Order: sequence, then structure tokens, then C-alpha cells
Amino acid sequence: MANVTLPNTRREVKAKASRDDWTMRAFMLMIGTYLVVALAFPLYAMLSKSFEDKDGAFIGLDNYINYFSTPALFNSIENSVFISIVTMVITVTLAFFYAYALTRSCMRFKGFFKIMAMVPILVPSLLPGIGLIYMFGKQGYLKWMLFGHEIYGPLGIIIAEVFFTFPHALLIIMTALAISDGRLYEAATVLRASKWKIFWTVTLPGARYGLISAAFVVFTLVITDFGVPKVIGGQYNVLAVDIYKQVIGQQNFSMGAVVSVVLLIPAIFAFYVDRQVQKKQVAQLSARAVPYEPKPDIRFDALMMSYSSIIVLIIVTILATCQFAALVKFWPYNLDIGLQHYNFDLMDGGGWDAYYNSIKMALWTAAVGTIVVFTGAYMVEKGRGVEKGRTLFQFLAMMPMAVPGMVLGLSYIFFFNNPDNPFNFIYGTMAILVVSTVTHFYTVAHLTAMTALKQMDKEFESVSQSLQQPFYKMFLRVTVPVCTPAVLEIAIYLFVNAMTTVSAVVFIYSTHTQLASVAVLNMDDAGDIAPAAAMGMMIFYTNAIARVLHMFVAKALEKRTQAWRQR
Amino acid sequence: MSANTVGSDTGRKPYLTTTDLTKNFGSFTALSDITLEIYEGEFVCFLGPSGCGKTTLLRAIAGLDIQTFGKVTQAGKDVSNLPPSERDFGIVFQSYALFPNLTIRRNIAYGLENRGHSKAEINKRVDELLALVGLASQADKYPAQLSGGQQQRIALARAIATNPGLLLLDEPLSALDAKVRAHLRHEIKELQRTLGVTTVMVTHDQEEALTMADRIVVMNNGVIEQVGTPIEIYRDPATAFVADFIGTMNFIPGEFNGGTKLKMGEVELQCEVQGTGPKGNILVAFRPENMLVQEDATELPNSFEAEIKYMEFMGSFFRVDLMSKSASADAHIKGDFSINMVRRTGVKEGDTIRVSIPKDRLTIYPGASNNG
Repeated sequence: MANVTLPNTRREVKAKASRDDWTMRAFMLMIGTYLVVALAFPLYAMLSKSFEDKDGAFIGLDNYINYFSTPALFNSIENSVFISIVTMVITVTLAFFYAYALTRSCMRFKGFFKIMAMVPILVPSLLPGIGLIYMFGKQGYLKWMLFGHEIYGPLGIIIAEVFFTFPHALLIIMTALAISDGRLYEAATVLRASKWKIFWTVTLPGARYGLISAAFVVFTLVITDFGVPKVIGGQYNVLAVDIYKQVIGQQNFSMGAVVSVVLLIPAIFAFYVDRQVQKKQVAQLSARAVPYEPKPDIRFDALMMSYSSIIVLIIVTILATCQFAALVKFWPYNLDIGLQHYNFDLMDGGGWDAYYNSIKMALWTAAVGTIVVFTGAYMVEKGRGVEKGRTLFQFLAMMPMAVPGMVLGLSYIFFFNNPDNPFNFIYGTMAILVVSTVTHFYTVAHLTAMTALKQMDKEFESVSQSLQQPFYKMFLRVTVPVCTPAVLEIAIYLFVNAMTTVSAVVFIYSTHTQLASVAVLNMDDAGDIAPAAAMGMMIFYTNAIARVLHMFVAKALEKRTQAWRQR
Repeated sequence: MSANTVGSDTGRKPYLTTTDLTKNFGSFTALSDITLEIYEGEFVCFLGPSGCGKTTLLRAIAGLDIQTFGKVTQAGKDVSNLPPSERDFGIVFQSYALFPNLTIRRNIAYGLENRGHSKAEINKRVDELLALVGLASQADKYPAQLSGGQQQRIALARAIATNPGLLLLDEPLSALDAKVRAHLRHEIKELQRTLGVTTVMVTHDQEEALTMADRIVVMNNGVIEQVGTPIEIYRDPATAFVADFIGTMNFIPGEFNGGTKLKMGEVELQCEVQGTGPKGNILVAFRPENMLVQEDATELPNSFEAEIKYMEFMGSFFRVDLMSKSASADAHIKGDFSINMVRRTGVKEGDTIRVSIPKDRLTIYPGASNNG
């Protein structure tokens, strides 16, 4: 009878967390703490260093004022932005037509073209620079093609950066083209639109988010890349190399920190724009879209195939040049074949040990990184409650993508080399290299894991809880087996990048933990270009073998699990 | 009060209750003050259009999305804030949520493990359950190798494997095609009766609710519109929403000022309105199947003239569209005529006939201008 409601005095029900909830939160906290220690703290240390003088006294903006009043330093900003934008335009254009050939034509050998386009991912960015020196340098066999222009400088940087960023742009644009709706093409054809008109009104608008996204990814890769300008930049200064010069050359850590902060700004900006664009791309997908099926057209297919062949030829030529240069006795005077340049132990850079260290480091990175990343993603995606903590974790997991490797590496010096730091003991060990590399490549791996986890029925956990089974049983018996393809993808991604990365490790390796990629840098620096090429190619072969192994494992797994995998 | 209430709840103690359950998502109120009692062994359906809060209510009962305010008790125990793993229920989802990489046997055995049963005991129980859902030969297949209906039966077997006190079904049949759905509807009901497990099912399909439920909870906009047996709900819809949502109903504007008569246009009809119903401008409601047609000269009580505008053949009957100048200037009136009657009388489109609504089949609801 009494119809008195007291909504404001009622107590809100506070959900009781189960033991599983607490365990999952503990895991999330652990991995979140890892990200704070391996990313946020070092960045903070770097930031505060940029306001200090050499003795560590706070001097406000003095370093920045000094930076912006030294033309030799701030000119690099313009240079960096210039080569990044030019590379961006060229790479996106080339990659778009290559992706167009792969998705919209009926040319043959698409599988081959797809694999060949991915090859640049397997080498350190130093290697295309070295290849170009052999092709267009002072004794280059194609020097005549430059009509007297110099390869050392912006020209060389841009060509090598296009090589280096091509696969990254291609992957994004291909995805964008692949999701376009075949029904739109049918409608346009029925309305008698010309091929040209369809291209401008359907194809391009459909791929616009992919193109923008690819553009920003290329921009970020180039502006943060250190390998290419280091090898082939000559006197042309760019930001990433400036950091290296300030730190290694002049031991001016504060100025290194200032340049790092300057470099962070465009990187974060590009990252932010890219994230906004990515969100829009997802919304564009419609469940009823019909994939576009290209129809054979002899002339068009032949044109596309010629274009793709030229691109592949360029990629192969650059790598083959490196391999050839690594084998000949004394380029270009004595072209006899020999293995003398493989006597790495006779040269600076760490010798064969560096190569074995690299493999060890890459394996550790793949193993530790995959477990940490996938576990972290699971706890964030499938845990219950603590919404704010989960949002914070997501933010931390996205941050590494915006932080250039050089900046991360330098931050590690400031943070971990501090004797007061309880984590100081990992400085100079293999562990810090693994931590740095896992952190540097965290974001892409995290996104791969999230995508796989989001595709799993979100009620699996509900069912498991209702059956009063612990979450780890669900995780180990269902989630991990179902997500194995994504897990392997993360592992190979981390392995390949650990093998090739220079920027994330160049400041923190020690004499006991020299790495192959750093050896390429140091041998090149010392003028031992042929051994540098030889070591670079060793990295390539190692990654190629790892990729092939990954393919075999993935195929075998697919076969074994065919019974329960649909679609 | 409850002494003379007809229904399945007489003299039984409620097994599951919700008290003033409210769920807010930000500023949006998905459930407001839901108070409900569900009895042991009952099959209750939450029925309503999408977004009415029925699934939210089920998830609150399960502890999957805990309510903002209010209390849930199960078997006499306050479970309001407990996580799902500390409650006692089995659940089946529309998506089945079968673990794709586990065989049918291991799917069903999933909840039986880690409870101190031996392997042999678990296997025996799984065989029992497989037999119960009629899929004994499928034990070693994977979910993807089964049809949708079979998968849903496995999901059901998995949910009841541990003998939970409560079975929750979240739109379990919605992903299946019509024939399988009708078949499985019957099977689930049978199974529930055999096991005697208290069951709550969420559905937006009135046919499912009417055929399966002991009691139906009709919901709309986060509140309960009516609770009752299928027959009560169908015969005496408590609100115009329920009347409109379940089955087909004619709503004709009218006037009622107490007593035993109401006016529908110029037509005066006898009615049996109980208690304190709405007065003044009202809506007169009746179902098409309750309309009678005068076949000879003897005038039926409560009748009026109407013209047949259109006859739609529905297989076992005709759905007839009528206009009556005397009852309403512009309202179309729907009537269901049996095949036999149409054959007997030879009525056809364009005919003017006399139709009647028995006075005990008339219901009234507040009119558009009268929201009292």
C-alpha cells in the first residue's frame, strides 16, 4: 500500500569480487606495473633530464633555448619533416598501386608478389642504405643513373626509407582495399560508370581511411628511423641521428633528451591522428558487405603485373647487391667470391657472438613478450570491474607506438643507469635489451591479441563462471588454443623486430651483449661496409627462416585443428 | 489475498526473489524497481520487446551484470552482490557459447571437473546427459560439426550437468530456424518438467513464452507490465501494452461512465467491467477471434453493422478487415472468420454483415486523452 519511494537513500550494491577477479586484477596490475616501470618512468626521467644541466642541476628551459638558437640543431627538424613527407607521398602512392594490383586485378603469382613485398620487414633499416651505397655510391655500378647527383643525403635517405616503409604501408592499404563492398562496384557498373569514374568515386573513397592511416604510419616510421640516415645521410642531419650524435659522439645527455622531446612531438601527433582514423575505418565495415571479385582483363592484368614486377625487382636488386658485396673480395676492384667478410670476429662490433646474442635476445623477446602481451590483453579484455584501471592499462599499452626507439633507449640510460634505481641491476644485461624491445613493440602485439580476443564469444567466461571453474582453466584450455594463430603471429612479429631493431637497443647494449643489428651499424661506422652488409644479410636469412618455420607451424596447426575451426 | 489467487504459486515458498531491483547505465535506467517472486520448479519467461530490460534482469539474477540497487535472493540466501561463480545456476546463451576446440564430451564435462569426481563418474554423467538430449552418438564431434539445434542441446546439457538449482536461458532459440525452434521448444519444456529445475527464460517471441512458460513476466521500458499464466496474460491483459504485444487486439475509441454499458461510436455495448477501471474516454479492446457473425435473422446481442473491406486468407481462417460507420468513422476492425463459417454463409468482400462481441470478451483501457 505504502507507495513511498526513497531512491536517494538506497545503498548502491557493491559487487563482491571473486577470487578469480582478484587474481585477474593482480595479473593486470603486474603487467600494468611493468609498463609503468619500463615506459612511463623512463620517459619521465628523460623529460626531467631535458631540464637539467650536465651536473643534474635544474636549469629550466635553458637547454631548449640553447637548442633553438643553434641552427645546426634545429635545422634537423625541417630536414626530418621534409624527408618524412616526401617518403610518405612516394611510399603511399607506390604501395597503393601494388595493393591495387594484388586486390583488384587477376594477375598471376599474387602469392609470390605478396611475399616479396614483405621482404624489407625482415632486414634492419641500415641494410637498404648499405645496398644503395653499393649501387649509387662513389663506386656504385649504377652511379651514372644519378646524373652527377649525390646519393649521400636526402636522395639516398628517401629511396632507402621508401624501401623500408613499403611493406608497412602495403599491409594497411591492402586491408582497406580488401574490405570494400563488391555491391558498390556492381551498382556503379549497372549505372554505366566508366572504369576511371568508378576508381575515383568508389575505390579511392573506400580506401581513404587506409590511405590516411598508411600515410601517418610511414611518416612516423621515417621521422623516428635512425638506421637509414645514419648510413646514407652524409652531412644531412635529422632528429633521430642527432640524438645519437649528442649522446654517443658528444656525451651531451641533456641535449640528447631535448632532441628526444622534440622528436616525440610529431611522433605523438601522427600516432594520435592514426588512432582516430583507425576508429573510423572499423565503423565503415558492414556485416552484409560482399567481397569484390576482380574479373580477368588481359591488358590491365599485364600492366599490373609489370608494375609489381618492377617493384619486386628493385627490392631484390637492393638485397642481392648487399649479398654480392658481402661475398666479393674487394669491391669493385676484385670481384672474386670469398667468405673473408664473414670473419666478423676480426672486426669491431662484437663478431659472431653478436649474431648469437641477437638470436638469443630475439627468442627471449618472442617468448617473454608473447606471454606478457597476451596475458595482459586477456586480463584487460575479459576481466570484470575496475573500469578505470582497465582504461589506464589500455592507454599504457598504446603508448609505446608513439615513442621512437631512440627516445625509449635514451630514457633507459637515464632511468636504469641511475645507481639509486632498484632495477639498476639489469643495466648492461641481456634482460634490459629484452625489456626495451618488448616495450618498444608492445602496441602492435597488444592490438593483435585484442583483435583475436574480441573475436571470441564474450559469454565463454560467463559460462565458465556459472560452472564454477577457475578462469585459468578457461584461459589455458580454450582461449589460448583458439587464439594460437594470433599468439604465433605475435611471437614471430616480436622475433623479427628484435632481430632488426637498432634504435631501441643502441644505447643500452654492453660489451657482453653486442647485437647483430648494432654490429651492422658499428662495422659500417668503422668503414667495414662489406662485413656490415654480410651481417645484415645474416639477419635477413635468420628472419626468413623464422618466417618459413612460422608458416609451417601455422599450416600444420591449421590442419590439426581443421575439425573445429570453421570459416 | 493469495488464498483465492489462481495460479501456480499457491502455498509455495518463493525460490528466487528480486526486490526493488534497479539497474542504471549512466543516466539511463534499464530496470526500475523490479520486484518478483519465482517458485521452485517453475518455468518463467521474461517477455518483451528488445530493450525492455529482460536480458538485463536475467544478467542481474546471474550476477553477470550486478544491479545498481535492490536485492536478489536465491534459495533463501541473499546473493545480491555475489559473483556468478558463487551463485548456483546454469546458463544457456543465444550464441550457444560452446567451446569450439573441445569435443562435445569435454564441453559437457567442463563443469563436472575439479569437483572430486572420478573420470569414470564424469564419463557416466556425460553419457547420461547426452542420452537425455538425444545426442549420444555425437560425443566425439566438435561443436562446429553439429547443427544449430544440436549445438543448443549440448549447451543445455552442459548447463544442467552439475544439477544447478536454477536454469537461465537467454533467448536460447532465437538463432535457430522456425522448424527447429518449434521442435526444440517442446523438448526444452519436456526436459524442464522431467528435471523439475526452476527455469527462467528470456525471449521476445510471444509464441515461445505462451507455449513454454508456467508464468510470463511481460516487461516494457524497464518495468513489469504484468505477471501471470499464459492464459491470464492472453485473456486479461492488464495494460494496453500487454494487450497489444501479445496476440492481436482491436482498439476502438469509446466512452464509459460506469455501470454495465459502454459506447463505441454510436453503438451501445453491454460490458462486464470490474473494479475501478478508467472512465470517460476509453479504448474498447477485443480480439479478432472473439468476433461472432450473425448468420440468420435472429439478432445477436451486442452486435453492430460492418462492411467487409478485405479478406486475407491465412490458411486455417480468414483475417477480415471491417469498417463500421456506426462503431467508428475511421477505425479498421479486425475479425477472424473460420473457413467453415465463410463457406456456410458465403460472405465476401463488399458485403455488409452484423457482427457481435460477447460482453465478457470486451476489455477497456484508458483512452488516448485520458491517461489516468
